[in-house]
Amino acid sequence: MPADRTTKVVTRLFGTAGSSSIEVAMKHGAYSRLATALGMTPAAIVDEVKKSNLRGRGGAGFPTGTKWSFIPKGADTVYLVCNADESEPGTCKDRELIFWDPHLLIEGMILSSYALGCKHAYIYIRGEMMREVAVLQAAVDEAYQKGFLGQEMRSAVGTFKMDLTVHRGAGAYICGEETSLLNSLEGRRGWPRLKPPFPAVKGLFGKPTIVNNVETLMNIPWIVEHGGAKFAELGVGKSGGTRMVCMSGHLNKPGVFEMPIGITFRQMIDEVCGGVPGGRKVKAVIPGGSSMPPLDIDELDVPIEFDALMSDPRIKPVMVRPGQVFELAPGRPLRTMAGSGGIVVMDDSTDIVAVTARIMRFYAHESCGQCTPCREGTGWLARVCTRLANGAGRLEDLELLSSISYGIAGNTICPLGEAAAWPMMGFLTKFRADFERAAATGEANHKAGRVPAAAHTHGGAH
Amino acid sequence: MATAFSPQAEQKIQDICRRYPNTQAACLPVLHLAQDEFGYLSDEVLDLVADRLSLPKSHVFGVATFYTMYHRQPVGKRVLMMCTNVSCMLRGGYDTLHKLEQTLGVKAGGTTADGEFTLIEEECLAACADAPAMICGRKYFLNLTPDKVEEALAECRKLPAHSHGATASASATQTPGQKKH
Ligand SMILES: Cc1cc2nc3c(=O)[nH]c(=O)nc-3n(C[C@H](O)[C@H](O)[C@H](O)COP(=O)(O)O)c2cc1C
Ligand code: SF4
Ligand code: FES
Repeated sequence: MPADRTTKVVTRLFGTAGSSSIEVAMKHGAYSRLATALGMTPAAIVDEVKKSNLRGRGGAGFPTGTKWSFIPKGADTVYLVCNADESEPGTCKDRELIFWDPHLLIEGMILSSYALGCKHAYIYIRGEMMREVAVLQAAVDEAYQKGFLGQEMRSAVGTFKMDLTVHRGAGAYICGEETSLLNSLEGRRGWPRLKPPFPAVKGLFGKPTIVNNVETLMNIPWIVEHGGAKFAELGVGKSGGTRMVCMSGHLNKPGVFEMPIGITFRQMIDEVCGGVPGGRKVKAVIPGGSSMPPLDIDELDVPIEFDALMSDPRIKPVMVRPGQVFELAPGRPLRTMAGSGGIVVMDDSTDIVAVTARIMRFYAHESCGQCTPCREGTGWLARVCTRLANGAGRLEDLELLSSISYGIAGNTICPLGEAAAWPMMGFLTKFRADFERAAATGEANHKAGRVPAAAHTHGGAH
Repeated sequence: MATAFSPQAEQKIQDICRRYPNTQAACLPVLHLAQDEFGYLSDEVLDLVADRLSLPKSHVFGVATFYTMYHRQPVGKRVLMMCTNVSCMLRGGYDTLHKLEQTLGVKAGGTTADGEFTLIEEECLAACADAPAMICGRKYFLNLTPDKVEEALAECRKLPAHSHGATASASATQTPGQKKH
């Protein structure tokens, strides 16, 4: 049965008092899937996950079962790492998931560890989330006390015992990128690694490692309980299950919702979030965290589903510059992607150039500095956008933004470079008139000799 | 300032080290612990961490300067992390930041003269649906519009201090939120 708006896979305990305590969670079924899973072979669980069409909820939407099957057969040590570094602007689901139901995450990690042959799993949680670190650590301690962690349990193939450690980050967006995260977990600077080798072959402490997002892992207990086929049926096409959707920006009722994966942006905005305040119109929508190219008002009838956002012809291709489509591969234009589920809505009073400048400053600040195109390029994008937004820009700045973005994309170690270049090109493609107007204002200011100082920050987007 | 870990901290370090196959992986958690213990990570404290974990000082120094939450300079008793990223910006996050600056009498990055607060302009705090958002310790301040700033600060003063506080002489100029490459 396809999911409807009341289907709950990962948010069943949202709003339940005391839901993070093991007693309350167990009353609602926490750890009840352990017996089922341990009665299966690890390979059978991987098969169910493959059948489920579960796709990674951390940003790339990669099929989880396929990723799991990349672990080399017969590996002696395997690690599972949960990515709880949530820091992609606009994304606020993992924090809520951990706060309301840490035991579902722990259960999901036990089931996944058994399936993968992992004996010590780690949760890399963002350093700033001090409240959630405390909630999660308390839940892990409870799971140890109950013997779900740290003690031998009987399984279909012998016995199973695992440890789980909460590892707190220390403030660096880049540590959400999986290889940077592994370096950080190893006690190093969070510098992304070159791939290949992929973590599934050579990851944490040099061992085969699976990195999965919080929401991804929290779906595993449901899949074990109901079977992969049922999970696939909840979804659409090759995307199984439901999706956590974070709705922020200019909305009457922003919030975090678990939704059918086929719901459209327009339905989310108008039906779930009560529309835009003051009866204003939507101008732009960031579809999945600030690194994803934006949609305009004519592109909102597309579902939030992974494949639709990449290929639906109703979404206009991103252009490098007028007349030049940006292609991911020959004949495959970049439209946008579902990313992290962070949807940011901007009304028609929004200063798009100022918003773009703020987004570019974020990526410039967070670039780890290893690759020149990213380190220098993001800095340039931030400075040029900021001067345009501040009325100090030039007409040629638009072409400058295009050529810098094009120079970054595809030329860096990790995707942070694209995370800046794609939305830059996307905003320029779909809101070119706004950038032209800003450039014209800058030219007029230059001519009149009243160029404002390009301040680092400036007040608001209106 | 003491230059040795307390017995309680030493116990915690041993617990931490047991969770990893080598001491290098304990670097981040032990730096967090050291910062809790000593307030900020002076050169002396970094030396102590390097010695305790048998790591090169250059390694510990490199790690401590990479991450924004490690303070290399004294900070206030309470660190205010105010988000101005896109969702917060759209809902007036900069107005709130400016109101905080005005009320506290410091610019973002600075520490108040009484050593009470360090104000940091933060990136997205994963509270975008309740923007504008600020964190102080374990407490979130959500939908924090400028009119609620005074009330929020009063509440912050009642929260447990997460560091010993900066001395008045070492205030107002640092930028702990700044990343160094
Ligand atoms: C710059 C950057 C930041 C990222 N931040 C996160 C993050 O905060 N959380 C997350 O789960 N994935 C993040 N990712 C994606 C991870 O690299 C990785 O693909 C993901 O954790 C895999 O889990 P999944 O397959 O369950 O989605 C980020 C990727 C990049 C390039
Ligand atoms: S692309 Fe940017 S963030 Fe990624 S490794 Fe290179 S410099 Fe670092
Ligand atoms: S943008 Fe401010 S909390 Fe996410």
